[in-house]
Amino acid sequence: MGASKKPIIWGLFAAGGTVSAFLVPVLILITCFAAPLGLLPADALSYERLTELTQHSFNKLVIFGVLFLVMWHAAHRMCITAHDLGIRNDKLVMFVCYGLAAIGTLLLVLALLTL
Amino acid sequence: MSRRPYIREPSKTRWWLEQPRYVRYMMREISALFIGIYALILVVGLVQLSRGQAAYEKFLASAEGATGLVFAALAMFFAIYHTYSWFQVTPKAMPLTYDGKPVPGAIIIAAHWFGFVIVSAALWLLARS
Repeated sequence: MGASKKPIIWGLFAAGGTVSAFLVPVLILITCFAAPLGLLPADALSYERLTELTQHSFNKLVIFGVLFLVMWHAAHRMCITAHDLGIRNDKLVMFVCYGLAAIGTLLLVLALLTL
Repeated sequence: MSRRPYIREPSKTRWWLEQPRYVRYMMREISALFIGIYALILVVGLVQLSRGQAAYEKFLASAEGATGLVFAALAMFFAIYHTYSWFQVTPKAMPLTYDGKPVPGAIIIAAHWFGFVIVSAALWLLARS
């Protein structure tokens, strides 16, 4: 009998949920509301500042880890919830949810390697 | 002979509107949609950042405007709802004992909110510096 992969998937799901719970609200505040409400200095999200930030490998690794976990957590959850919303084409749902997470991961890696 | 019992088929798409706790369940689950879209937008932002200043500034400008703000408000609401619902189950997901006695759930939840405030404040100060 092969070892179940479920603990790994559940571990990633739980990690993604925890990272989302702690980080997403403040990230939305910084990236979406700070500029229009003038809460942060005008250059907080400037090109110069963010390219400087993404020069360091450690920061790249953190950005990758956070966005990877958040995307796959959301994809997995939507995959299950679609069934509860009456969408019973499970294969198509899986294709769309995990496909988007996979494309997001690929783009993320390419962007971080280019930066 | 008795009549055939009346069995009402629950709706496949709207069953969760029937009870408040089902609505809360669906809100918790649907938070993933907004969080997922937000994460994809951040990835697009990083892609544009990697393509140079003009592309990145075009991306920033496209996020401005009413549509962007409405999505941001919805995403913020569901993100906080996710945080709330995620912390609510922590006493069940990781029960703790201290000195042989179980730690009350309220303390485990409060500790998570404390961590949330610290992490948020730290990131905010980092963005301000």
